[in-house]
Amino acid sequence: MVDRVLILAMALAGAGMLLALIRLLRGPNIPSRAVALDVLTLITMPVMVGLAITSGRVIYLDVALVYGILSFLGVISLARYFDQGV
Amino acid sequence: MAALDIIGALLVLLGSLFLFLGALGILRMPDLYNRMQTGTKATTLGNMLTLVGLGLLEPAWLPKICLIILFVLITNPLSSHALARAAHRAGYPLAAGSVTDALREDEQAGGIEPGSTACQVRDPGSDPQPEVAE
Amino acid sequence: MIIVDILICLVLLAAGVGAMLQRNLVASSVLVGVVSLMVSILFLRIGAPDVAMTEAAIGAGLSTVIFLIAVRRTEEEEQ
Repeated sequence: MVDRVLILAMALAGAGMLLALIRLLRGPNIPSRAVALDVLTLITMPVMVGLAITSGRVIYLDVALVYGILSFLGVISLARYFDQGV
Repeated sequence: MAALDIIGALLVLLGSLFLFLGALGILRMPDLYNRMQTGTKATTLGNMLTLVGLGLLEPAWLPKICLIILFVLITNPLSSHALARAAHRAGYPLAAGSVTDALREDEQAGGIEPGSTACQVRDPGSDPQPEVAE
Repeated sequence: MIIVDILICLVLLAAGVGAMLQRNLVASSVLVGVVSLMVSILFLRIGAPDVAMTEAAIGAGLSTVIFLIAVRRTEEEEQ
């Protein structure tokens, strides 16, 4: 039962990834694309942890940890760009 | 351990439902700020629920997963707040049916005259297209 | 599990082609960030977590910042 629930959750996350991709490609302005990038990062992180659990290797968690630490740098630098800085 | 597995699976399902609804929200919402609020709040909650559920499925890895949740909880509202403020200052417009703009009212009440750098509408709602170099 | 690979390759291709066809350089650098994210998951899927970690660090943090600084400086040059 747990396996089926995990597959269903992965399908929901994949559908969300496709919806965020549509907004990313179509988005009328740059901050909308940045929000779509943020959502894609947040969807990808549980997928990485799920891959770590299904393959059983602890080191896969470190990739999600690095992404969690560093993913906000891109959005922060975009905000600085709009604030006339960088 | 069966009860822990069932609770973890239910949390994973609920969290991925929140992730899907957040992504649906950024597709359906009319303007940038609405997209930003659904793309931050719902997706952060879904991310945390999914990670806690996966940690309950594999209890030995729970400390490292809690570390990931802590970083997401710190950095994601911070970056979204900075992006929203910068986009508002750069003049991206609100949706047509918006009722009030409290940040602009605060800036005007704080002595910033409307023509200065703070809140002039400089940019229409779409990307500025660069002219083709020929 | 092959479904995950196909989905990730689809997102990767769409973001890469979008980054190539996009006229605005800032939007294009955001799309390049998505390409880096998907390539990182593909490295994870084929069993190279250290390469995936490096790709995540450089693609998410460093390259977007450097692209934006470069775009800002060249805009100042042009004006």
